[in-house]
Amino acid sequence: MVVLADPMPELASGPQVPSVGTLAEQRAARRTLLAQIARLERQLSDVVVSGFPKTPVDHRVPGAAGPALLGLGELEALRDAMAERLCVARSQLAVAADREADARLRLEAMLADPGAHRFHQVTRDDLGMPGCGAYQVRPRLGIVGMFLGWWQVKLSSGCPLARRTPAGRATRVPPAWADAVASAEGPPRRASARPGRWPRHRHHRARPAAAPASTRRPRRPGPRSP
Amino acid sequence: MTVDPEPVLAAVDPVVAAELPGLELWELRCEGGDGRTAREVRGRLRDLAGRWSGARAIALRSQPVPHAYRVLLRQLGVDPDETRSPIEQAVLDRLWHGGFKTAGRVADAELLAVVETGVPVLVLDADLVAGELELRTARPGERLGEGELASDLPLGRVVLCDDRGPLAPLFGAAVPDRRATAETVRCRLAATRAPGVPIVHVEEALWTAADAVAIPR
Repeated sequence: MVVLADPMPELASGPQVPSVGTLAEQRAARRTLLAQIARLERQLSDVVVSGFPKTPVDHRVPGAAGPALLGLGELEALRDAMAERLCVARSQLAVAADREADARLRLEAMLADPGAHRFHQVTRDDLGMPGCGAYQVRPRLGIVGMFLGWWQVKLSSGCPLARRTPAGRATRVPPAWADAVASAEGPPRRASARPGRWPRHRHHRARPAAAPASTRRPRRPGPRSP
Repeated sequence: MTVDPEPVLAAVDPVVAAELPGLELWELRCEGGDGRTAREVRGRLRDLAGRWSGARAIALRSQPVPHAYRVLLRQLGVDPDETRSPIEQAVLDRLWHGGFKTAGRVADAELLAVVETGVPVLVLDADLVAGELELRTARPGERLGEGELASDLPLGRVVLCDDRGPLAPLFGAAVPDRRATAETVRCRLAATRAPGVPIVHVEEALWTAADAVAIPR
């Protein structure tokens, strides 16, 4: 009986089960194949769980019309298909891991020398991190910083800010985001009679509050025409 | 409720047993029948429904008992991502519907058993099942069910049978004429133990289903 090694990438076209004659040899070969299929199923499951949710991997291996006892050839074909699928899935994970590692290196370079990476951006999705947002190299103080070479790495929230809709109504801002929205929009503007325009500076005189009706002086009757 | 003291081991065809050592069929007899699900069972299903999320559903395949059933399905030529094991299908239905939908005492007993233990249980009418239960492959000419609605069984398909013939495909639903109904008084519960599943899970699944299928007094 040939002991088959652990499934490796070459297994897809690798060692075949030698032709077996006696019933005992057949049974041993089937047992070996079933054990390999069980191990491959475990490895496929681990790959799927590892990639979730960022990296969906192609892990489907079509089955025969079952559940039924498979023949030796069918078990071999199933084992080979699973091994090939496992290789593809692992390569997908590896590509995603390489992409994330590259993004981390770029972020480190941006943090070390922002001026050499002007307007570069690395998103949280590139880094494999949950949530939205991006690390961006932006000039400090706007155009002043751009000309003076003051650059910094900023982490944007990535979330859309509350803005006034064309109808003039502001969208409701969740309380947790109210501070972020306020700091992003700058100093509060005064309400203007003309929406969209800067408010005029008006000097309001404090007018005395109207006295209650009971304390008002009665108005003098005016001259009446005879 | 009268329950057999211990689950008993039912028969598995020698060819199947030789191919899949560790595959077992366990049986438990109890009193019960179909009807409106007890409030306690509905409450338990409601509590269980709140514990499942998408991430946990994905990670289910790597847990020992669900993984054992996935391996069994794979070894029998079934793609477990297409024809899911009972526990994975139950969790997927929960995600799809937003909860575990109740569908009567029998269906809820089966659902409760599989969700709590991962072991699928089939509830049959004891008076309609002839002889002993057995797990074997389909023979030539056998059909699943009786009458016009019966379907042909491919040769070699693994099925749960009694002395009269196939009752249900492995991990499938029982034929309607053997399933416990509202007229049922005594039930036979059948649980398939995949290789590698601890026996305590199987026993717990059978007792859980027996409790849930009991007619409340």
